[in-house]
Amino acid sequence: MIGSEHGIEIAYLVATALFILSLKWMSSPTTARRGVRAGEVGMLLAIIGTLLHRGIVDYTWIAIALVLGSIIGVPLGLVQMTAVPQRTALSHAFGALCVTLVGTAEFTLQAPKVPPFLMTVLAIEVILGSLTFTGSLMAAGKLQEVLPQRPITYRGQNLVNLALLALAFGLAAYLVYDPRQTWLFPAMVVIALAFGVLMIIPIGGADMPTVISLLNSYAGLSAAAMGFVLDSKLLIVAGALDGASGFILSVNMSKAMNRSFTNVLFGAFGQVQAAAAGAQEARSVKSATAEEAASILAAANKVVVVPGYGMAVAQAQHKVRELYDALSRRGVDVKFGIHPVAGRMPGHMNVLLAEADIPYDHLLDMDEINGEFAQTDVALVIGANDVTNPAARNDASSPIYGMPILDVDKARTVMVIKRGMSPGFAGIDNPLYYLDKTLMLFGDARAFVGSIVRELAGGENG
Amino acid sequence: MKLDLTDLYVFMLAGFIGFEVIRRVSPLLHTPLMSLTNALDAIAVVGAIILAGEGKSTLATVLGTIAIVAATSNVVGGFVITDRMLRMFKASGPQRPGPR
Repeated sequence: MIGSEHGIEIAYLVATALFILSLKWMSSPTTARRGVRAGEVGMLLAIIGTLLHRGIVDYTWIAIALVLGSIIGVPLGLVQMTAVPQRTALSHAFGALCVTLVGTAEFTLQAPKVPPFLMTVLAIEVILGSLTFTGSLMAAGKLQEVLPQRPITYRGQNLVNLALLALAFGLAAYLVYDPRQTWLFPAMVVIALAFGVLMIIPIGGADMPTVISLLNSYAGLSAAAMGFVLDSKLLIVAGALDGASGFILSVNMSKAMNRSFTNVLFGAFGQVQAAAAGAQEARSVKSATAEEAASILAAANKVVVVPGYGMAVAQAQHKVRELYDALSRRGVDVKFGIHPVAGRMPGHMNVLLAEADIPYDHLLDMDEINGEFAQTDVALVIGANDVTNPAARNDASSPIYGMPILDVDKARTVMVIKRGMSPGFAGIDNPLYYLDKTLMLFGDARAFVGSIVRELAGGENG
Repeated sequence: MKLDLTDLYVFMLAGFIGFEVIRRVSPLLHTPLMSLTNALDAIAVVGAIILAGEGKSTLATVLGTIAIVAATSNVVGGFVITDRMLRMFKASGPQRPGPR
């Protein structure tokens, strides 16, 4: 006979399968929404199954917490698309908080007699959970600009951070050896919490895509560790999938910034800007008005728009869509070239442009678009800088040498919309701006694109 | 005592599946991918529910309850925003998308 305990286990098994399918269907925009449905059904099954668990004696707090969580969750699901990076960081923090609290509670229930294997996974769960919790809160604060975005660095920073992490794992090891020393547990948690804060302090805005991915991975791994603690295969699978996803994204991001993965793992971000910044000779640039830009764009056959974080800051994506429409109507082929680290999280630009109703088959990633620049009449750079810097390709002394870039300098004409001549985040001068074929369009991205659109419309009517 | 590695096997296999499945996700969808994995990860709520419901100690109930709130907000918020984002991704149909 199949009892309720069997029913629960089967619900978990089905949920696990649905989770894997959910991610599989994410591979293409045509099936991705089915993936969300699969995930939702799996989640519902697992939660209902759990509520039938025989050990549960009181539902009051569970009900209150589920309602309260849903009330908090809805606004978090309805944030503006520009706020998605900080929302994502915040949800990593919530996930990690859940894992840390459950781990802590498990320890208090089991101590002082904790078997070595259980203590090991408990320690991994709680250390990863704690550092992800504070680290993600810091990242969210920086992205929301409630914390200073400027990286804060000091001498021996990596040494201090590594020492703290080693200390946390040292305490964990001692707890495995002698779990009766229960006071070590809170000490370990506090150190991991502090490490999370210190890990994010040296990180600047442009490194956020890597950091968010890394925190995503840690959140997943801590949940998998929790699965080991509770002996829940479902949780182990979900955590492993999330951990793998975050890991792949962080490797992608670090490759796109030409950093080694160890460099990323040890939080040695934001070191690039220490170099350069000097050597700013007064070279001449050519600038153009919206009218001139509009007439060049109207005469083009093929235009590639390269958006960057500046486009998001200026909220220019809807004006960009108007430009896309105006040019498309004239028969100009308009595509978008998107660098993996454009924006503040992986895929950030795609979401903003999709929100502005630009069809996704016109959004191409770096490898797809780079071959097309040679046949492109105009490359229009909006709020991107370092990812278009040809020094990364041909100047071995440049701090970003070796970083894969969008080859906009191969287009016949390059237009760059930019507020002024200040260098980008990394403080590196961009030789692209001094090329003969480059026209600088100085001004706010949204206003400037808007005036190009007006010029194009005027030309149509007159 | 016999060493039981079942959980480690599950972890390892799920990791391999994760790599293979997620490698195929287009960079186009990396943001919704992250919010979806985040929602799925909040399955940790099942552990929190049992903790809060078993009532083994007051501390465990309190921590479990807070943990449920945190995880549930991720479940709800994560699925809602993922679906909102995915709804925005439209292919250019046979007709050119005209002005609104």
